Amino acid sequence: MSEAVAEAEPEVKDDLAEARNQYLTFMLADEEYGVDILRVQEIKCWEEVTDIPNTPDFIKGVMNLRGAIVPIIDLRLRFSMESVEYDTQKTVVIVLKVLSEKGERTIGVVADAVSDVCNVSPEELRVAPDFGGAINIEFIRGLASVNDKMVILLNIDHLINQGVLQHVQAEATV
Amino acid sequence: MSIDLEQFKEIFFEESFEGLDAMETCLLQMEGGNDDLEIVNTVFRAAHSIKGGSATFSFTAVASFTHVMEGLLDDMREGNRAADQEVVNILLQSVDLLRELLTTIREGGDVDESEVSDLKEALQVLRGGEGAQAVPEKEVEAASEKRDIEEWEISFSPDEDLLQTGNDPALLFRELAMLGELSLTYDASRLPDFEAMDAELAYLQWKMTLKGCSDKAAIEEIFEWVEDECDLEITAVQPDRRAEDRREGDRRLTSRRTGSRREKDPQKSKAAAASSSIRVGTDRIDTLIDLVGELVITQSMLSQLGEDFSMDKLENLKTGLGQLSRNSRQLQESVMSVRMQPISFAFNRFPRMVHDLSQKLGKIVRLETTGEDTEMDKTVMEKINDPLVHLVRNSMDHGLETPEERRAAGKPEEGVVHLSASHQGGNIVVEITDDGRGLNRDKILSKAIERGLVQEEDDIPDQQIYNLVFLAGFSTADSLSDVSGRGVGMDVVRRNIESLGGSVVVRSTPGKGSIFTITLPLTLAILDGQLINIKGQTMVLPLGSIIESLIVDKTQLNAMAGESEVYSLRDEYIPIIRLSEVFDLSDQQDDLRTALLVVVESGQDKVCFVVDDLLAQQQVVIKSMESNFCKVGGVSGATILGDGNVSLIIDVNDTIRLAKELGMEHLQAQQEQGNAKYKQARKMLEVTG
Amino acid sequence: MAKVLIVDDMASMRKMVAFTLESVGHEVTSAEDGDVALEIGKKDSFDLVITDVNMPNMDGITLTKSLRELAAFKFTPILLLTTEAGKDKKMEGKAAGATGWLVKPFDPDKLLSTIKRVLG
Repeated sequence: MSEAVAEAEPEVKDDLAEARNQYLTFMLADEEYGVDILRVQEIKCWEEVTDIPNTPDFIKGVMNLRGAIVPIIDLRLRFSMESVEYDTQKTVVIVLKVLSEKGERTIGVVADAVSDVCNVSPEELRVAPDFGGAINIEFIRGLASVNDKMVILLNIDHLINQGVLQHVQAEATV
Repeated sequence: MSIDLEQFKEIFFEESFEGLDAMETCLLQMEGGNDDLEIVNTVFRAAHSIKGGSATFSFTAVASFTHVMEGLLDDMREGNRAADQEVVNILLQSVDLLRELLTTIREGGDVDESEVSDLKEALQVLRGGEGAQAVPEKEVEAASEKRDIEEWEISFSPDEDLLQTGNDPALLFRELAMLGELSLTYDASRLPDFEAMDAELAYLQWKMTLKGCSDKAAIEEIFEWVEDECDLEITAVQPDRRAEDRREGDRRLTSRRTGSRREKDPQKSKAAAASSSIRVGTDRIDTLIDLVGELVITQSMLSQLGEDFSMDKLENLKTGLGQLSRNSRQLQESVMSVRMQPISFAFNRFPRMVHDLSQKLGKIVRLETTGEDTEMDKTVMEKINDPLVHLVRNSMDHGLETPEERRAAGKPEEGVVHLSASHQGGNIVVEITDDGRGLNRDKILSKAIERGLVQEEDDIPDQQIYNLVFLAGFSTADSLSDVSGRGVGMDVVRRNIESLGGSVVVRSTPGKGSIFTITLPLTLAILDGQLINIKGQTMVLPLGSIIESLIVDKTQLNAMAGESEVYSLRDEYIPIIRLSEVFDLSDQQDDLRTALLVVVESGQDKVCFVVDDLLAQQQVVIKSMESNFCKVGGVSGATILGDGNVSLIIDVNDTIRLAKELGMEHLQAQQEQGNAKYKQARKMLEVTG
Repeated sequence: MAKVLIVDDMASMRKMVAFTLESVGHEVTSAEDGDVALEIGKKDSFDLVITDVNMPNMDGITLTKSLRELAAFKFTPILLLTTEAGKDKKMEGKAAGATGWLVKPFDPDKLLSTIKRVLG
């Protein structure tokens, strides 16, 4: 039932320092985004989820991940990009570990495709300009240039805690 | 040999807190005039055990305090002191102090010695000793200083019945031999004729010399257990008076402390405190083991069957699968029972609270409890504690009258608060009953009108008025007292209970008292569910809240105010809620004339849910939505169905709330429309009139 | 290794004694009061009994007396767990047939050295 495309167990586990600078990059439309690889728990093919009523459209629903109820978030919709039809062959769900004061959460984000694993040292990180766009600048850890392409590295904790959950809760209490 | 006892600290703490609870209960019984010796004994035993354990873990403040407490209790046990109010009060204070001390230590904090010494002194004064009963120093080091003496002569004549206490001279000698070089001669002069000899008696006497040992105390210690069963003489062969005088007569029992190994490690003890444990009867564990055994047998039977399966074995397979499902159901029930605890754990704190509170309020209150053996899930119990405390406080503060008022009303001065628990179906019902003045109907009503919760012209039955106290922002207490009404209202009580999937209602009779009834599910982990289909989505409805399901009879459909519908069922008008609308599952409105209705009840609300289909009934394991996501309106959790898909569990109560909010919007829109029509009609009347 | 019966109403004490004894290879049976211990004693024999004095139902002294009446316990060492204050109790225990005593606070090293005296 759960077709794991790749168990994202970083091979460089014994070299944590290096792993800390590694990012898993994925595509949303034509843009490339990156998340800290140590937070990636697994990558799955898209499969049908159960809707959660009265939640914003970027909450796709919940799925059963080995007995745990895991919410799935569509980043395209969250970042107000154009939505696309999901393709069970190509669309992937990246399962991430998110930290907050209340502890650890497991969530999944939908991406068009996983592209690469890249190394970005802290010195290479560029501060993102405030484009006043859909993505709040706070959700971005920085920009990096990998193979002459720009990668937007996300601050996943902030994005999920403030950018998603708080949003949902605020809506629910209205 | 180093044996780390750190791991037993947590058990000791738990046991000590239980002991303190038992002490408190007994002390309150004593105060009630019960002078049964067993009660004093129980209190003594608890103090004694705490003393023993705390000394082991080097909690000196606790050990020395319980020691003094034990002295007073011993006086009581011996009948030298009566359990008067003063004694009981100071002992109750001591219980509180110990609880505080142990909590502090458990959390790795530092103990405030001054607080301890104040109460300790008070206890000593009470014993009439003005602190004279000095605590014997426990940490006396056995001084084993080197002496000049190297050789001892020991004469040992045991009493004839020495063997019958399990002591064996041979073992004593062996131990002596470990201290130095031992040589011994026996004296058989007491030995009777062979025929008269009793093999169970000791007849021989011994004379020994022990060389190479300088510590007389060590020798004495070996004979410690038999010193009253023998004639014993230990004399130094080369006496050195100086040292000898110092040691003579000093037969104090000693206990040694073992180095710094047990030094407190606050980090560690804090971590231990965080873990919670549960005590389970061995019979329950045994049942579990048996069931697992059966499961293993079934499993091996099935796997054997699977190895060379052919269609003619289909019957066996069916039997095997039937057995498997029976096994797993039994196992599930057993596992759940492990979490069950008698509600007495929650009730036990009330005698003390009622005692303290009645003194504070100047009321005479008797607490009665029934159904303490009723078992409920540990988690539910932990969460029900605060609401219970609040309701009991409320009954004592607002419900019960002062003795004068009661006398004037022709009631006995003593008011009664009754706590009861019982199983009713799949629920636990806890009731808090008082025989006080009852709720003030008019006051509640006027307040509700003032807050806009009800309309003045509404005709509301009395019992429904009483239940308005559970609405948010409702507190009828004129003045906020110290006892109840510290900003926490009945709405919080209701919310807490509802968050457990329970409900609370109140019934009241003026002048006679009130009954608060809390209904709770047996467990939070598993739910008997009815699977339903709403616009293609499978959801779970708690079976316990379903009254009946029915196919709509068109003639019974009624529209109220144009749009919000009600269904008339046996003289009742029940509001209809479209789940697809509440959960925003479809833009299309159900056609009610062909709909399937499920009548559900939550608290005092009874409503009809419109569903598309009723699917299977099954037990589901409740999983939290909040652990990875957040609270979702109308949903109490999720579960994983047999096909691996996630299904949401409907929170009936919250769904009704959502529907009301939705309806309110509709209603408002309609009212505006209605008002316009009404005005128009008035105008026409005026014209024609 | 020896078979030991330990009797104490405090689970923490029972567990600590059992843990200590088991860690050097003894076989331990526990009972939470005298009544239970006596029932066990009627069915089984032991090389050593360690009992608390103050317990609900049947106390340690009554237990000692009752065990001594059983043939299997006639010569079995019985040690009382007492506090240093209980001199009277010790003598009462001896009169009831106790072999000796272990003084609280409980100390594992002390326990092991003491039981050597009765188990050899």
